[in-house]
Amino acid sequence: MIEFTLWDIVRNLLLAARWTIVLSLIAFAGGATLGMLLTLLRLSSLKPLRLLASVYVDLFQGTPLLMQLFLAFFGAAALGFDVSAWTAASVALTLFTSAFLCDIWRGCVEAVPSGQWQASRVLGMNYMQSMRHIILPQALRLSVPPTVGFSVQVIKGTALASVIGFVELTKAGTMLNNAAFAPFTIFALVALVYFALCYPLSCYARHLERKLYGSGIR
Amino acid sequence: MELDFSTLVPYAGELVQGFVTTVVLTAISTLAGLGLASLVAYVRSGKASLLGRMLGGYVEVTRNTPFIVQLFFLFFGLSALGFKISALFAAFLAMTLNLGAYSAEILRAGIEATDRGQLEAARALGMSRLQSYRHVVLIPAFARIYPALTSQCIIVMLGSAVVSQISVFDLTYAANFIQSRNFRGFEVYLVVTLIYLLLAVGMRQAFGFVGRRAFAFRQGGNA
Amino acid sequence: MALVSVNDLHKSFGDLEVLKGIDLDVEAGEVVAIIGRSGSGKSTFLRCLNQLERHDKGTIRIADQYLDGKAMSPGELSKNVGMVFQSFNLFPHKTVGENVMLAPVIVRQEDKAKTERVAREVLDKVGLLEKFDAYPAQLSGGQQQRVAIARALAMNPKVLLCDEVTSALDPELVGEVLRVLEALAREGMTLILVTHEMKFAQDVSNRVVFMHQGRIHEQGDPQTLFKDPKTAELRQFIASVL
Repeated sequence: MIEFTLWDIVRNLLLAARWTIVLSLIAFAGGATLGMLLTLLRLSSLKPLRLLASVYVDLFQGTPLLMQLFLAFFGAAALGFDVSAWTAASVALTLFTSAFLCDIWRGCVEAVPSGQWQASRVLGMNYMQSMRHIILPQALRLSVPPTVGFSVQVIKGTALASVIGFVELTKAGTMLNNAAFAPFTIFALVALVYFALCYPLSCYARHLERKLYGSGIR
Repeated sequence: MELDFSTLVPYAGELVQGFVTTVVLTAISTLAGLGLASLVAYVRSGKASLLGRMLGGYVEVTRNTPFIVQLFFLFFGLSALGFKISALFAAFLAMTLNLGAYSAEILRAGIEATDRGQLEAARALGMSRLQSYRHVVLIPAFARIYPALTSQCIIVMLGSAVVSQISVFDLTYAANFIQSRNFRGFEVYLVVTLIYLLLAVGMRQAFGFVGRRAFAFRQGGNA
Repeated sequence: MALVSVNDLHKSFGDLEVLKGIDLDVEAGEVVAIIGRSGSGKSTFLRCLNQLERHDKGTIRIADQYLDGKAMSPGELSKNVGMVFQSFNLFPHKTVGENVMLAPVIVRQEDKAKTERVAREVLDKVGLLEKFDAYPAQLSGGQQQRVAIARALAMNPKVLLCDEVTSALDPELVGEVLRVLEALAREGMTLILVTHEMKFAQDVSNRVVFMHQGRIHEQGDPQTLFKDPKTAELRQFIASVL
């Protein structure tokens, strides 16, 4: 057995954490883009489009992320594509993120008081004008804290990519543990790195929420 | 692409076993987790104390690290320290601690929304803090946050798919097992995903059913 | 010809028939106060006049515009009718000036400089010109409601609907809003108000309409109506609110 110093372990974990961060950024950016489109579908005046978006959201919120990863991985293979763990993880996490963001953002649009719609209507604004000038700016403001909060779930979600063989923080932890067999130390360190990534975001989300609700502008 | 589900048929037994494990594991850790959350929320809603701070640390650490890492830490980490626990118990423990932390936070919001007058009435009737928590605060708080709690319990059930990674024979483990035998990964995972979806829908129904009876006192008021 | 003419107006919510045939003509420059218990249908009636609720049966004519309960574009509907709400509904993310200028610019595509001139004029009229750059959250309830009135006036409506515009205000703030409405009435603005302020109805309106169970139960000029109610229901109502 190779001897590992604590520094070896920490260094390897930190190097692997880069991929956790990159995968999180991909999932978040992709998820936000797709989520925006889904939110527009969800708020559309056409019922089939609304239904489509809400079925999509229900499917991804009602099934395990792990299964979504497996399906992306094995589904692509069944379709004849040989996808890397990278691709499968990026696709699955993007879809997962988009569904949750759609749900969060729809909630924010609905949280704008109905009086705002009525006031826009009686001033002669149509649906698109009301949405653009009155509702969305207010919904956007409401959406910042929960969106930042959800980014924590995305980072934690990337840990499951380890299961399909993507080498990020968690996978690096299990690999190191197989070589060094110091599970207590290694998994405590892995947890610590995740905590260092997530906790500031959680605090920031909470801070934003307090600021929003304290401001009186809702 | 051709889908062939017939190769799953011989493995119905494994699917049933996995299903039962997932359901039982979810049920007992839901109960234990909600019990834990009630205790944590009680301590944290009181005066600042060392115990309260420690529990706050537990809540934050749990909420800001992935479930799979918590599971590995409990299963591999603790056994290396000499606390030998079975994979099943580790899974139960991890799920309970996870749900406990999340629901404690949800519950705290529900407790903070308690009308001051209720507490003053309880005090005027001579109840201690623990008594008023148990009899006056807790049930209405649960009723208030019940929808959020329902969602959280479903999240824990879906998250439990990860316990397959420490060889607990749950639904996902069954899927991996079958996939390794019949090499029809996509079909297997599709079917198992559908089972999870039905479980999630079923849980929502069951929680709704229980909630309507347990919190019947709320009917007629606004939710 | 009357400015507003309502014939046999019906409206149901599900099985509940809220308006059971309303007939009402309002002349230009008239101030009509609608009173009645909650649930009498008065707010629903007002909301039908600008189609926030679409009626099931009957006709509404406002100036040259006929409303038959079918869908119409908000731009069309806002041509003649302005509305002020109980809960102000100012846009919280826009300044007072922006609140007033938004609709003329984006709905009517009016010139920005001209709109700003109009905005300053109407804000001056409600006594809040100095709040042009303030945000709604920085204003008192009474000031917010005055801005809401100015916002409606900037669209140059032929008739202004007021839905219990003082009900959400602290008592000491009611007066400033009523004074603005009174001034508008004196200038000849056509007002239709649902109100609980009996004194205001009595002093400012030309006509009081008492609604009861989805119908106009009694109406007349305020002096005779309040002094000499003909129906038992109105007598009871007056006794309960005075």
